[in-house]
Amino acid sequence: MTNKLDHKAMSDATDLTTDPFAGERLKESHFHPRQAALNLRNAWSSWNGYKFADYYYDAEYEYFCVRNGCATYDICPMQKYIISGKNAETMLNRMVTRDISNMKENRVTYLCWCTDEGRMIDDGTIFKLGPEKFMLTCGSPSLAWLRKSAFGFKDVAILDVSDEVAALSFQGPSSCEVLKKMEFEGIENLKPFDIGHFRFRGNANNMLMVSRTGFTGDLGYELWIEPNLALDLWDALYEVGSDYGIQPYGETATDMARLEAGFIMPGMEFNEALKTIHFQHDQTPFELNLGWLVDFRKPHFNGRTALLQEQNEGSEYTLVRLDIQGNKPAEESHLYSSKSCKYEIGYVTSAMWSPVVKANIALAMVQTEYLQGEIWAEIYYNRELRPNSKIAKCTIKSKPFWAPPRARATPPLTF
Amino acid sequence: MSQNYDAIIVGAGHNGLTTGAYLAKAGLDVLVVEKNDYIGGASVTREMQEGWFYSSCSYVCSLMRQAIHRDLNLTRHGLVLVPYLGTVNFGDNGETIVSYNSEEAEYNQLRRISPHDADAMFRFHTDLARYAKLIRKTLLRTPPDPTSFRLRDIRELLWLAREFWGLGEKELYEYIRFFTMSAADFLEDYFEHDLIKAAMASPGIIGTALGVYSPGSAYILLHHVMGDVDGNIGAWGLARGGMGAISQSLAGALKEHGGEIRTNAAVNQILVKNKKAVGVALEGGDELNADIVVSNLDAKRTFTKCMDKNDLPPGIYDRAKNFKIRGSSGKVNIALSSLPKFNGVPDNRYVNRGGQGFVGSLETMERAYDCWKHGRWSDDPFIESVIPSAWDPTVAPPGKHWMSNFVQYCPPELADGPWTPEKRDQFGETVVDKIERYSPGFKELIVHMEVRTPFEIEAEVGLTEGNIFQGELTIDQLLFNRPLPGYAQYRMPVRNMYMCGSSTHPGGGVSSACGANAAREILIDLRRPNTVPADDFDDE
Repeated sequence: MTNKLDHKAMSDATDLTTDPFAGERLKESHFHPRQAALNLRNAWSSWNGYKFADYYYDAEYEYFCVRNGCATYDICPMQKYIISGKNAETMLNRMVTRDISNMKENRVTYLCWCTDEGRMIDDGTIFKLGPEKFMLTCGSPSLAWLRKSAFGFKDVAILDVSDEVAALSFQGPSSCEVLKKMEFEGIENLKPFDIGHFRFRGNANNMLMVSRTGFTGDLGYELWIEPNLALDLWDALYEVGSDYGIQPYGETATDMARLEAGFIMPGMEFNEALKTIHFQHDQTPFELNLGWLVDFRKPHFNGRTALLQEQNEGSEYTLVRLDIQGNKPAEESHLYSSKSCKYEIGYVTSAMWSPVVKANIALAMVQTEYLQGEIWAEIYYNRELRPNSKIAKCTIKSKPFWAPPRARATPPLTF
Repeated sequence: MSQNYDAIIVGAGHNGLTTGAYLAKAGLDVLVVEKNDYIGGASVTREMQEGWFYSSCSYVCSLMRQAIHRDLNLTRHGLVLVPYLGTVNFGDNGETIVSYNSEEAEYNQLRRISPHDADAMFRFHTDLARYAKLIRKTLLRTPPDPTSFRLRDIRELLWLAREFWGLGEKELYEYIRFFTMSAADFLEDYFEHDLIKAAMASPGIIGTALGVYSPGSAYILLHHVMGDVDGNIGAWGLARGGMGAISQSLAGALKEHGGEIRTNAAVNQILVKNKKAVGVALEGGDELNADIVVSNLDAKRTFTKCMDKNDLPPGIYDRAKNFKIRGSSGKVNIALSSLPKFNGVPDNRYVNRGGQGFVGSLETMERAYDCWKHGRWSDDPFIESVIPSAWDPTVAPPGKHWMSNFVQYCPPELADGPWTPEKRDQFGETVVDKIERYSPGFKELIVHMEVRTPFEIEAEVGLTEGNIFQGELTIDQLLFNRPLPGYAQYRMPVRNMYMCGSSTHPGGGVSSACGANAAREILIDLRRPNTVPADDFDDE
């Protein structure tokens, strides 16, 4: 690992002689050449040091590709760690709040991990790749925390493979159909959170790992392959996908889709505990409505005592899904217990007009004791430079805004 | 002893289903009867060739009231509206204008054609948006009766007046002019390039028996651009799975609230006793009783074909007979073995997902209208096409496509005698020949074709003369004059009888607004709580 890093640093140093800005430029993902060609708007942002598309053509169009056809989203910048060894499972189970001891091989599970104070550090997924081999994926770099968590555990190896795996999320109602056409036999039998291994282009040496996972709340898969096959995979996918309206989508469309599905985002719904300066500006799993990820029946885990106490005493805030009157997104709105806005009871974390559901939706943190009463949002917007505000009634929704049956059905319903 | 319904709605088109859903939601026992063995009226998806699902009549939508979609949970009942991208317009001289999604790309392109018009486009869209904003507000409201002294009418008239005055003095004059102008004259004030004018004028003639130079066509233009998809004014959407998805989702909402639908149940006559509607007689002879009868048929068909003249107050029959509902358009649905390529259009995945406007020029469009006046279909017709399968994977087999072609002009009756299958096919050939001119090799891609003249549209859907709006959208038949002066509030001259189709305010288009407005009026009469939502604009 260290050697590798040194080597990289050296090559960067060599580049410096030719490009004085090399150190300031962002890394390019394994799919970059193809994505750059399709990024007509040059709308780039960044993620974990990678150049990363905000959108390629039009965010809303790309969002509709996810809901109507199929679309790809680059998850190369996502962090990936292989945790292996005899004690890998025990170590991970000590770190995360969910019980992973019953996980079967070739299954994925969603989970989160906390500080000793029960504040959420990050959420992510664990892939069980072998009896003693796991892959953890998450949004932010977590190597340091993994090392810390592995302290005292013998025979646990942690390897950062973030740059060594080419990963592409492939989502949308016709995604399964495209993979079927690519002759990944039995792909339709993958259940949600299943992992399958397929020969890419029929070659047993070129294995493609497919998980039925994603961040859109729709039917979808994530594809994992060796970086040297990344462009090959892209081309194969786009060749077959062209009859199914395939399109790359970026950060903005992802954010729309995940909000409709009710999924949380770091930096929106929660502030990562290790990056939170102000006491209690971070969140707990219970506050984020992720109580189902906390399993007190398993042996001790990080944050257990604090979380048990919170479970008994109740959480100060609770994350809720809101359906809001009118059509002005309640971005960054304050929430009140009455229309007169006398008493503030919470705040909106993410908001949008949902084009599919035709509703004005939001995720919001509301003080738990006010959940039963009325909720009003003070929404600011402007029209032709004139600032405006309105007070809109909010209704708590118990179910995700968007959860089509095809997302769960196995085999998925055709389109 | 037959059952007595609270309300029977005649015709399971999208407005009838909307009225039904809202009445059922208010707790009424509702039955919707439909003559065909399928529902949807002109908002319908039909598998006419194995694997191909045509939106046989209406093919795109933008007026669908978001508030109704949201209120009736139409998404949960299977409706997903997907905006489609712009349109390529083809000129006679081989020129093309591609409508690009980004304002900058669009501007650059227009500048290449005409720097003047590129600049003028901003003012044009701003002015249209201003006019549209006012009209849009009236969509989910019942037009006031200007002769009435009822508080509600006076209040509504004052509201309307205030909205008009809100435009400002200069715009007020413009606005009044706008209602009586031709699309071509209106555009003259903005543009100089003929193909740009022709492209912008085309929405002014769609569905109407007017030409681009006919007074009144400017309003039709507005009617076609005032809709929106998710707040993008002027945008058009496809219903995923075809336009039938709209009707099916409304039927889902109707059933969720306990309403019933009976297909293969053509109404022979609306029954009237003691000057009150009491039910309907079906073609088979069955009679169904109801406290209220709501006709979703057009005004002419309702009064002249489905009612006994003697049941109507004097004058109504003649007025209905003269109701302006002229057939002017045809529809050619084509199954294609692959995506057609068009001259002068790059193989751009985004442009492929838009529509095609075979406009030619203002002159060509006017000549096309001349043919109609003389009882012939246009020999060089205006065609508005869209290839929904390029966007929607559910309407054609993978890699195959279906193309919707809306054609003007096509008369309801020909000068040389009635429509025959041979003439219908000749009309279809005319259309295909024109497309072939812009897309060499197009004919070889054709797998199946469904040609529909006004004759077929009337026979299948029931729209008189195949008029897509259930009556012309001219000022004499708009707002409080629609469908007939004095009967614009959905209540008809016979007690307990109502109308809910596009013959009523606000007119044609798959909007559900007519149906929702009718339901609201019925519920007022029944003194039931209103179940119909207000529109949800945040325009201020």
